[in-house]
Amino acid sequence: MDFVPQTEEELQEMLRAIGVDSFDDLLTQVPPELKCSPMKLPRGMSESELLDRTRRLAARNVPVSRRSSFLGAGAYDHFIPEVVRDLSSRSEFYTAYTPYQPEASQGFLQAMFEYQTAICELTGMDVSNASLYDGASALAEAALMALRTRGDRSKIVVSRAVHPEYRQVLQTYLRGAGVSVDELPYEDGVTSLSAIEGEANEQTAAVVLQSPNFFGCIEDMERASEIAHEKGSLLIAVVNPISLGVLAPPGEYGAEIAVGDGQPLGNDLSYGGPHLGFLACTEALRRKMPGRVVGMTDDADGNRGFVLTLQTREQHIRREKATSNICTNHALNALRACIYLCCLGKEGIRRLGELNVHKSHYLLERLSEIEGLNPTFSSPFFNEFAVRFPQPVGKLSSHLAKSGVVGGAGVELGRWYPELKDSMLICVTETKSRAQLDDFAAALEEKL
Amino acid sequence: MSEPLIFEQSRPGRTGVSLPEMDVPRRPLSELVPEKFLRRKAPQLPEVSEIQLVRHFTRLSQRNFSVDTHFYPLGSCTMKYSPKINEKVAALGGFANLHPYQREEDVQGILELMYEMEQFLKEICGMDRFTLQPAAGAHGELLGMMLVRAYHASKGRSPARVIVPDTSHGTNPASAAVSGLKVQVISSGGDGLIDADSLAAVMDDDVAAVMSTNPNTLGLFESEIRKIAEMAHAHDALMYYDGANLNALMGICKPGETGFDIVHLNLHKTFSTPHGGGGPGGGPVGVKQKLAPFLPVPLVQKEGERYYLNYSSPQSVGKIRAFYGNVSVIIKAYAYILSLGGEGLARASRAAVINANYLLNKLKDAFPAPYGERCMHEFVLSASNLKEHGVRALDVAKALIDKGFHPPTIYFPLTVPEAMMIEPTETETRETLDDFAEAMIEITREAQSNPEALHESPRRAFSRRLDEVKAARKPRLRWRENQ
Repeated sequence: MDFVPQTEEELQEMLRAIGVDSFDDLLTQVPPELKCSPMKLPRGMSESELLDRTRRLAARNVPVSRRSSFLGAGAYDHFIPEVVRDLSSRSEFYTAYTPYQPEASQGFLQAMFEYQTAICELTGMDVSNASLYDGASALAEAALMALRTRGDRSKIVVSRAVHPEYRQVLQTYLRGAGVSVDELPYEDGVTSLSAIEGEANEQTAAVVLQSPNFFGCIEDMERASEIAHEKGSLLIAVVNPISLGVLAPPGEYGAEIAVGDGQPLGNDLSYGGPHLGFLACTEALRRKMPGRVVGMTDDADGNRGFVLTLQTREQHIRREKATSNICTNHALNALRACIYLCCLGKEGIRRLGELNVHKSHYLLERLSEIEGLNPTFSSPFFNEFAVRFPQPVGKLSSHLAKSGVVGGAGVELGRWYPELKDSMLICVTETKSRAQLDDFAAALEEKL
Repeated sequence: MSEPLIFEQSRPGRTGVSLPEMDVPRRPLSELVPEKFLRRKAPQLPEVSEIQLVRHFTRLSQRNFSVDTHFYPLGSCTMKYSPKINEKVAALGGFANLHPYQREEDVQGILELMYEMEQFLKEICGMDRFTLQPAAGAHGELLGMMLVRAYHASKGRSPARVIVPDTSHGTNPASAAVSGLKVQVISSGGDGLIDADSLAAVMDDDVAAVMSTNPNTLGLFESEIRKIAEMAHAHDALMYYDGANLNALMGICKPGETGFDIVHLNLHKTFSTPHGGGGPGGGPVGVKQKLAPFLPVPLVQKEGERYYLNYSSPQSVGKIRAFYGNVSVIIKAYAYILSLGGEGLARASRAAVINANYLLNKLKDAFPAPYGERCMHEFVLSASNLKEHGVRALDVAKALIDKGFHPPTIYFPLTVPEAMMIEPTETETRETLDDFAEAMIEITREAQSNPEALHESPRRAFSRRLDEVKAARKPRLRWRENQ
């Protein structure tokens, strides 16, 4: 099936209407020596064959079921209310495109304006863009933004407790800018404040901290903010949006730019993407922002309406002088985040945060009762924590996988931190019942 | 009738969610997390019931043009129909509920799909390796420019300039600039194509790459592309292919066989994945063997019957996003390729070219067609003939909205005054093309008889013409109570 409505006869008629005899007569611009031989691809499948084939592939994966996955580390298994899925699956939304013609796209524009408002409320920041690709590339964009803002500075200081993949993306993006990226050590799971003091200087455009950080620990962002600002540097805060129901938001501790991955807000894990990156900042930085932004305005009759605005920052107007090369964002994922946040409301986001805190702390207490298991760190955490095992964690993971825990006990930290090769990162969200947590603790105890 | 903001519909205490009970011992929060880390002021998120949410977002969805409701001939965006089955496939639990850090033995199905997708894209484009990591076309371009720098650096060279034609997408020069390269723009020749002589005049060992879209944004095939590639390669400059317009070429010509070293594709254009109101898309990047060592990690590899993620690549540029790519978008594009097969893809491109030429033929007497009467999958007209009546391309666009059509891309490319860039795609019926042509021709008549009415359009859309100047001068980017 090729989804071309015209029959071969109709295509021939259209060729005649154009005034040519054959399709080749239309291709006079293409030199014959550049034409290719037929592509070696499978023959087209019927819809039922396609379903069979893809169902077989899907069946060779073990999906994360709520019963048994404790994987987090930047992608989180939260419950997604059906109303979020249902509304975002409306094809009037998902088959539209970037609202270049605002009068034909008021619905999506208004939804993005509502998304921006919700992100500002959640992060405590003044301004949000209409989303970026993911949390990691949002951090890289934030660093570039800081470098534009502090034009005379050429250094970014980033904590080792920031997600390793985010740091890798940051390095990749900044290589071209001739910027040095210096890493800060952590102590007991949180960034060393004295190291910020030592590393940040008059060359530093931004200090980057994540809270809760990659280990799940909550950073002293207030103090980090003071130190960064004493050095005339900006503070970029990487945050888990779900944590902001209970934890102090970047706006409260004075970060200039807040970024993060919006997947936890009603988006599927989807093996790592598509998620969305959110980026919010202070009023003073709004013209340095990358990406699409929606603004409220009036129409010719004086009625409220919405448009893409501050476009003179963007590549389609400024070309090589644009604030970023980004064109489209992740609008549909941002729509889901918006509906999700509106679904929770101001009470719901707090209660959700409390559930995550309580359930994760309950599990850590249970695990701490097991002989040989110890928390890797003692710093306060949100919904993720590291646990040190008395035996190599790789082997333990395969044991647990056999008893029905997807992905083993958690994410193995040794992959990025050689000094933590006996530790696993365990995440508990609201999706786990007390019974599931007890079962998990019992399974671990048995395998040790 | 406008729709109030969801924030304006908030009433204290309402909620749209039913959260699980607290089934573990509840304690004061400050016993678990020190008080100083806790939030002081609650976020003012709307408090609404589920029915309010449903009415609100359903109404918003209806205040939108979309491919499923309207003809959407937005040039260079390839707004083709997105088959429904692909949505269903991507939503299968065995795909949607996979965590990126699961053990490889638990994700063999998705790794196989990604591996096979790479083989398909290689065959369609004539390239040697693909990464599926970039999230969008512009993201792919940025990666492409990073690969350019890494390639030259590996040879101990650091050429500084990237040449882009004046008809290029804005993302081309922006991507080159963000990656730290300097942009040099060359003017197209009178025929709208890259002028080999102008290129020769600026080509030297300081050129890192030449970026080209083929067919270009005028819908014209760069017929001298092989000669251009030879000129670039003589200076060890790389040829970069912006795949935005690949929908014209499947089964006709492969970018890799015409001299390109790096290509990015837009899965949301050529491979039918829905545009999502502005993302998510997918921007896989394909390269010739000499650039493969620099691709981002990980790549999906196969060993015997086992698929795995290969992170071992010492010369890799690193990563340009977390995890592996926009996987659900990749699944939809994969399903599309399986549905069409090789012959179907070729027929899609053929029909896209026929539809575009059919429409161009119907409109060429009503509007100037500055680059002739033949095109590939899209074409550019100028509304300059209406200027004498005080009517501009913008007015034509707004009038089309009243007639039930999404407007073409306007004022791009920059080389054509009052440009209207029209891409009908292969999934439109002849009847739709006839109706659209009739609407465009009617607008030229209205421009003569009643230009004022065109200035006042749209009248029947979701809003009247919007004040973009005001929006930019006094930006209101979020709602506040009592604003």
